[in-house]
Amino acid sequence: MNVVVYVPGDSSALSMGADAVAAAIVQHAAQGRHDVRVVRNGSRGMAWLEPLVEVATPQGRIAYGQVAAADVPGLFAAGFLQGGAHAKRVGPTAEIPYLKKQTRLTFARVGVTDPLDLADYEANGGLVGLRKALALAPAAIVEEVVASGLRGRGGAGFPAGIKWRTVAGAVADQKYIAVNADEGDSGTFSDRMVMEGDPFLLLEGMAIAGVAVGATEGYVYLRSEYPDAKRALVKAIERARAAGWLGADVLGSGKRFDVHLRMGAGSYVCGEETAMLESLEGKRGVVRAKPPLPALQGLWGKPTVVNNVMTIATVPWILQHGGAAYAAHGVGRSKGTLPVQLAGNVKHGGLVEVPFGVTLRELVVDYGGGTHSGRPIKAIQVGGPLGAWLPPAKFDLPLDYEAVAQGGGMIGHGGIVVCDDTTDMASMARYAFEFCATESCGKCTPCRIGSTRGVEVVDKLVAGDQRDKQEKLLRDLCDVMTNASLCAMGGLTPLPVLSALDHFPGDFRKG
Amino acid sequence: MHDRVPSGSGESSPATPAQLAVIDAAIARLVDLPGALLPIFHAIQDELGFVPHEAIARAADALNLSRAEAHGVLTFYHDFRRQPPGRMVLKLCRAEACQTMGCRDLERRLRDVHGVAMGQTAVDGSLTVEPAYCLGNCALSPAALVDGKLVGRIDAARLDGFVHEAKARGGAR
Repeated sequence: MNVVVYVPGDSSALSMGADAVAAAIVQHAAQGRHDVRVVRNGSRGMAWLEPLVEVATPQGRIAYGQVAAADVPGLFAAGFLQGGAHAKRVGPTAEIPYLKKQTRLTFARVGVTDPLDLADYEANGGLVGLRKALALAPAAIVEEVVASGLRGRGGAGFPAGIKWRTVAGAVADQKYIAVNADEGDSGTFSDRMVMEGDPFLLLEGMAIAGVAVGATEGYVYLRSEYPDAKRALVKAIERARAAGWLGADVLGSGKRFDVHLRMGAGSYVCGEETAMLESLEGKRGVVRAKPPLPALQGLWGKPTVVNNVMTIATVPWILQHGGAAYAAHGVGRSKGTLPVQLAGNVKHGGLVEVPFGVTLRELVVDYGGGTHSGRPIKAIQVGGPLGAWLPPAKFDLPLDYEAVAQGGGMIGHGGIVVCDDTTDMASMARYAFEFCATESCGKCTPCRIGSTRGVEVVDKLVAGDQRDKQEKLLRDLCDVMTNASLCAMGGLTPLPVLSALDHFPGDFRKG
Repeated sequence: MHDRVPSGSGESSPATPAQLAVIDAAIARLVDLPGALLPIFHAIQDELGFVPHEAIARAADALNLSRAEAHGVLTFYHDFRRQPPGRMVLKLCRAEACQTMGCRDLERRLRDVHGVAMGQTAVDGSLTVEPAYCLGNCALSPAALVDGKLVGRIDAARLDGFVHEAKARGGAR
């Protein structure tokens, strides 16, 4: 009988040798005349267990973690094709607490299915959302998204439905859907995991958005640092076109929607929506002043929905199950779930999709298991390089846009970077300015000049050169950057700087 | 902040006829795309490993842009190289998650032990080291892209392995 063995093709798994494991399994199966079919699935998101090999058995899928190619002969000898005992056996995948406790809506299929198999996609709930959308009036699709309470997952947290309403209401000969796949924040990889592990989901979400607002063309702006996601998306777009659910006649509805993939070129600021539009137009990624809003004058001056990958990838679930079902998860004005990414010096790093409202402690300690090094946690940075450094005293904050903002931070794209007590927070503050200087688009002075001056002031402060005066100057500089920068790049760089200074003043006073 | 200079930021030596053919073919293939300039530069670099100086004028002419505009685009983006890279390109992540797992030590090791500083190419042409700011492998830091392949949990030994592999590759460019 044909046994299905899953070896992730996700780039995180590849980075730990998954290709060699898959090749070894194929080779040993052939030698032992075992009838094995290897499926390259997405990642389950338990990064510390990669490569995580699963075997489909009558009792469900059995997981083996941290499998190396050298383990493969032993696994066959142990009868792993029947789920046999072995030192690397983790147990039934569905029973792993890290996975079992999660609420996987957006990530329901990631790691479960063959990412590029359309039949597998449909057999597991794919295209239900798009079919429902095609049966609705466009305005009703928009209102379903409004009702879900879904907010932009790229960082700003703006209600997606409201943005769609604006674009839907605009009158123009052409409208666009522009998906921001320039996932540049350190400590984030949820977009990448979806694009590699369930790329049809993104395309389905884009098609729903297109039908809802009357856009016929979609662009995905993908960062060049993701070559594996590029390969997956290129194939997924080809197959979706061939199957007739992208192109001139979406699923026989008579409606047109097509998707084009464009690559970034190593610029962080191009993750800012207007810089991304400039870059899509083939120009320097320089931020535009707002207004006009991209919803009214976006790509090539036309009304454009600009949404992050996570936002768009959540839309099919909302159409499938209803906006109210999505809004039933979460707290306050933070509805639904957030795919949180645990990163850095963390024992159990990976993807954790949970309803809003869980505390940072649950995420970092219960899921994350503390640091990889085993040393005490010193701080976590929530929300990428423009997010605040929070000490353990703040870990009772709930995952909630407003609560985290009140606590001096921001959720951003949901990345959490953990560092242990050996990390020098003054050097992290300096790095925040350094990164801003490297990546500033140069349009506005507070960001372009302020970032370079910021590096110098931190250096002087740490060196103990007129300390009080330097600290006053640093705070003054941060005030200018916060209030006078054109976009979040310069405007939020003070967040990691000042949070490091406020919570860890001792690190700035070694001189 | 000064070391995010692409390896070889100066202009390249004059393009060969074969390189000019690559440039012209990329332009001919992509000129009608909306916003074609980035796709054209990408296509040229994918094939040649860098974007020769001549591409600026040729792309500008084809797209009815000024050479200043095309030059401005080419130099805005960190990815585009103006000179050929070494036989192996190692993009080492420098972002926060990788810093918490020791990527700065790896960067220092490349510079002090192997003599290749960030943004530079080894004198024997074996290896180019470039900075990356997040490769999306932040739960398995430190990470790098080695000739486009993602690697995780890099330590000194694995890093040395890549340097030796690069040196062992024959043939100068």
